Amino acid sequence: MATLIIAEHDNQSLKAVNLNLVNAASRIGGEVHLLVAGYGCQVVADSASKITGVGKVLLADSAVYEHQLAENMSQLIVDLAKDYSHLVAPATTMGKNIMPRVAALLDVAQISDVIRVDSDDTFARPIYAGNAIATVKSLDRIKVMTVRGSSFDGAAEQDLSVVIEVVDSVYDAGISNLIAEQVVQSERPELTAANVIVSGGRGMGNGENFSMLDEVADKLGAAVGASRAAVDAGFVPNDMQVGQTGKIVAPDLYIAVGISGAIQHLAGMKDSKVIVAINKDEEAPIFQVADYGLVTDLFVALPDLADKL
Amino acid sequence: MKILVTVKRTIDANTKIRVMSDNSNVDLNNVKMALNPFCEIAVEEAVRMKEKGDASEVLVVSIGDKACQEQIRTALALGADRGIHVETEASIEPLNVAKILAKVVAEEQVSLVILGKQSIDADNNQTGQMLAALTNMPQGTFASEIQIHGDKVQVSREVDSGLQTVELAMPAVITTDLRLNEPRYASLPNIMKAKRKPLVMTTPAELGVDIKQHTQLLKVEAPAERQAGVKVASVAELIEKLKHEAKVI
Ligand SMILES: Cc1cc2nc3c(=O)[nH]c(=O)nc-3n(C[C@H](O)[C@H](O)[C@H](O)COP(=O)(O)OP(=O)(O)OC[C@H]3O[C@@H](n4cnc5c(N)ncnc54)[C@H](O)[C@@H]3O)c2cc1C
Repeated sequence: MATLIIAEHDNQSLKAVNLNLVNAASRIGGEVHLLVAGYGCQVVADSASKITGVGKVLLADSAVYEHQLAENMSQLIVDLAKDYSHLVAPATTMGKNIMPRVAALLDVAQISDVIRVDSDDTFARPIYAGNAIATVKSLDRIKVMTVRGSSFDGAAEQDLSVVIEVVDSVYDAGISNLIAEQVVQSERPELTAANVIVSGGRGMGNGENFSMLDEVADKLGAAVGASRAAVDAGFVPNDMQVGQTGKIVAPDLYIAVGISGAIQHLAGMKDSKVIVAINKDEEAPIFQVADYGLVTDLFVALPDLADKL
Repeated sequence: MKILVTVKRTIDANTKIRVMSDNSNVDLNNVKMALNPFCEIAVEEAVRMKEKGDASEVLVVSIGDKACQEQIRTALALGADRGIHVETEASIEPLNVAKILAKVVAEEQVSLVILGKQSIDADNNQTGQMLAALTNMPQGTFASEIQIHGDKVQVSREVDSGLQTVELAMPAVITTDLRLNEPRYASLPNIMKAKRKPLVMTTPAELGVDIKQHTQLLKVEAPAERQAGVKVASVAELIEKLKHEAKVI
């Protein structure tokens, strides 16, 4: 029994979510290996080799894997699958894109969004926007799954590094190409890795007003998130959306500002340790999950908050 | 160019479901059902392609029990031309769904398949990718914009880091994200017209697909409930609580 984790990275750095996955994989039992597939990504493999609990790193470094296109990546992973009982990726857009393709090629199911590992074949996952938790047993010989990083603590890193094995297979399906990329640059911590998140909703009124959230976020070293309504209205880019169909977060502190608390939004943040809601409507459903609620106009509260912090 | 759109009957997005007392599953008795929102966006996109002249026919398929014909009719009322109902029990695993769809794709020789990225019941986000794998088609998942250029299709994808545009050789599979379009409402005349549009029925067996069980549902539980906390009177009190009571800042 051994688990292969498909690493989340951007060819330059290894994302924090991999640490959570190593921890999840160690609960399955058996060896844990990490696949770093990309282009010019030796540095990523180097950091991967220092995660406590990882037995070996596989490095597939080729231009065909630069953008982790599902058509090419899935072939590579299927090729490596014979040595593994479990293939695991984070439930990020990378993992969600690639892993079902891998599963179908192997003629096995995928178990999506695992939040708890009960044994090597039994896992828990949220369904219906997190309003129910299903415990599912896999009947397949190879278990393919995506795992929610926010549900597991991160593994530690150490000075000692394990062996990095080079994988030479180069698969180019030749049916897809990346032609443009708009990566949102931010000085702030990533949403899924942040300890504190300040999120704005439709109540923010427009994009400029998000600078008021920025000021609070600066004081707290926080990431800034948003509801779907704020993204749909064009206030902020899509990568900031928290919820059932956006990012799933579980920070120590989540401050929801001008967000009503629709089930789809709650699905993405209700596992936060402490929730604060600032909303002028005292009936807003967000108050039902908030540890601290402040019923007030956000345009008054935010400058005050930035000032007093 | 023929487009295949898939539709699933799911709970209405505004309903909150309850878990059954024996923890065997969620309780769907008397729950309002609807067309999965992501499928609705898929239908809308295909219909717009036809209206623009990019597509000649929009075919819609649903897999499930008899009740899902209602969702096929909804799609026909929104502008799809023809429906296929593959009759199975209400819900089957994504891999089985993908296998059925692969057969339909082969029979109908479609150039593009548009699916919702996930259904809001099982939240799996798998079927499109699996279909692409089984038919060896490229995939453009989580689409927020689609443009046809000859025999290629460009898809802007919503990814965690921002946006990414891929170019796929058709035939191709696309899954929709929320911002791809805003679906129209079906007009009454179109709802009437949809009743006369062709809808054929088939079964997995007729298509040559053997439904296999890959997972077993052991139990379904309600998530841990969060208790509502307290209301604070001012920003100063909030900061004080966060510092000294919750100790998170
Ligand atoms: C299939 C599907 C998937 C979805 N996925 C997601 C998702 O991933 N994430 C997500 O967030 N949503 C998602 N949604 C949308 C969700 O249902 C809600 O529509 C959305 O979350 C609402 O965003 P909001 O709270 O910002 O806006 P609203 O519901 O409009 O709430 C705005 C709030 O701001 C308050 N407000 C206004 N002005 C002020 C002021 N001056 N001071 C203080 N408070 C003020 C109001 O009282 C109100 O409570 C999804 C919906 C569907 C159907």
